[in-house]
Amino acid sequence: MSLAEAGTVAPPARRGVATARLLRSELRLVFGRVRNIVLLAGLAAVPVLVGIVLFVTQDSPVAGQGPPFPDRVTGNGLFLVFAALVSCLPFLLPLCVAIVSGDAVAGEAAAGTLRYLLVVPVPRTRLLLVKAGAVLAFAVAAVAAIAVTGLVVGAVLFGVGDVTLLSGDTVPLAEGILRTLGVVGYVVLSLTGLVAVGLFLSTLTEVPVAAMASTVVVAIVSGVLDALPQLSAVHPWLLTHHWLDLGEFLRLQVDVPTVLGGLAVQGAWVAVFGALAWSRFTTADVSS
Amino acid sequence: MTGAEGAAEPAVRTRGLTKRFRSGQVGVDGIDLLVPRGAAYGFLGPNGSGKTTTIRMLLGLVAPTAGTVELLGAPMPARGRSVLPRVGALVEGPAFHPYLHGRANLERLDAADATADPGTRAARVAAALDRVGLAAAADKRYRQYSLGMKQRLGLAATLLRPRDLLLLDEPTNGLDPQGTREVRALVRELAAAGTTVLVSSHLLSEIEQVCSHVGIMSRGRLLAQGAPEEIADAATTQVRVAVRPDQRDHLARVLAGLGLADVRSDGDALVAPLGDVAVEKIAQAVVGDGIDLLGLEVRRPTLEDVFVRLTGEGFDVAR
Repeated sequence: MSLAEAGTVAPPARRGVATARLLRSELRLVFGRVRNIVLLAGLAAVPVLVGIVLFVTQDSPVAGQGPPFPDRVTGNGLFLVFAALVSCLPFLLPLCVAIVSGDAVAGEAAAGTLRYLLVVPVPRTRLLLVKAGAVLAFAVAAVAAIAVTGLVVGAVLFGVGDVTLLSGDTVPLAEGILRTLGVVGYVVLSLTGLVAVGLFLSTLTEVPVAAMASTVVVAIVSGVLDALPQLSAVHPWLLTHHWLDLGEFLRLQVDVPTVLGGLAVQGAWVAVFGALAWSRFTTADVSS
Repeated sequence: MTGAEGAAEPAVRTRGLTKRFRSGQVGVDGIDLLVPRGAAYGFLGPNGSGKTTTIRMLLGLVAPTAGTVELLGAPMPARGRSVLPRVGALVEGPAFHPYLHGRANLERLDAADATADPGTRAARVAAALDRVGLAAAADKRYRQYSLGMKQRLGLAATLLRPRDLLLLDEPTNGLDPQGTREVRALVRELAAAGTTVLVSSHLLSEIEQVCSHVGIMSRGRLLAQGAPEEIADAATTQVRVAVRPDQRDHLARVLAGLGLADVRSDGDALVAPLGDVAVEKIAQAVVGDGIDLLGLEVRRPTLEDVFVRLTGEGFDVAR
């Protein structure tokens, strides 16, 4: 068969269709990569470890120490989800998001595949949006890996039942699950600012490790600054300051303004670093 | 296949194309590239002469400091979205995801192309792999490919669909002599089918046989371009006349009488620039004067000779 027979030149697909097609290919790339699957497996192992440790020690003198909500975990396996998420939030989750987002553009530049995507051609704005979408999908998968494993392991080891909230009130299991979904969503959205920072740093370099490391540094520095009381004036604007507001979902009356405030700060980080990434990526010379 | 729009326009035209790097170094210095439709254009120059930077600017990967680019009659990068689907490019070596198979890598590129029909993707990918001889290695990881196989996969990517213009930067890098011959045959075949092909190389022996046009770059400047015979002008064509040593002086007098200047000896023969003198006149004069003619040879300058004359340096001279 000659190329001419097989090679039909279709009219350009509509923008949405073309973007969706590229996104599907990008998702296959992200979730087909062994490294990323290992990261997800590592995150999923956290609730397993925490669960086993709490299960083994629940009747010993050290019971009640360790990760947040430990005494609640042994009472209701659902709390293993929260315990695992809270233990992963300061470092493991930002690390995984930093690896994938830092790699997004810089990895393609380092491999040289970026220039070939651009001459296909893929418009640079579309490519950046697709990259952001795929990293976000990975962030969802990362949080979901912890939550789902936490739920399963918690249910197996400790059983699940009506949920006693932090406020002391008890709600049915179904509502407890609904609130868990709220926590998962809040954690995912809390990571969007970091995704934007990682993407921006990824457009600055052709060395993926540099972008990954700088993104982790941003998250850590934010945590350090958040711990300095002298800087309390800037605390509300820090990338990581509102991350642990996920506890709001475990009060009878969810404090909506607090939750929205945390999300608004993430929105601001996304807007600023998304714009920086866009302006850098759409004008930079691709000479790798 | 060739779009009616701007069909008479050159495939590539640049005006005053310049790239000054942030370091201040001038990579490309005001070049006016002209590649006619249907040409097989050899873009020659030593490593570091600005060929790749030029190709990057043609494709919109790098923004020119000054000057303009037109591909297939449309300004770049403004019209890249409509022009680039008709252009296949191999820039500074192939580049693919190492952990994906050859086939999956091509499918990824095709999925990125908004103007490619997903329905025919599998068939087109298979045909492109077949055309470069990679059908058997389609399901091997790119990481396991040899340098030559990687280069072939890069070529296959440019053949995923019919193109009006191919920009091939050093397509024979890493290929064995057999692979080099195949690339030459491919270029010839594509050009014969009406595709304009620009092939850059620092090894002109590899491509001068297939090129209808050449452009010679050195230190960021385009020193000459046109059909090879236009560039290699008659003034540098040499005539070499071999005679017995005892008739050498006699021959020198005859050649001088014909108006040949700069006669010098070269082994058992005399060599002179041919100029406007007809070769058959030389043969008649020599034999007519009673000299035993042992050999008469006209040496047209090779592109390499032209290159050396233009730049004072050979190929493979890095900056």
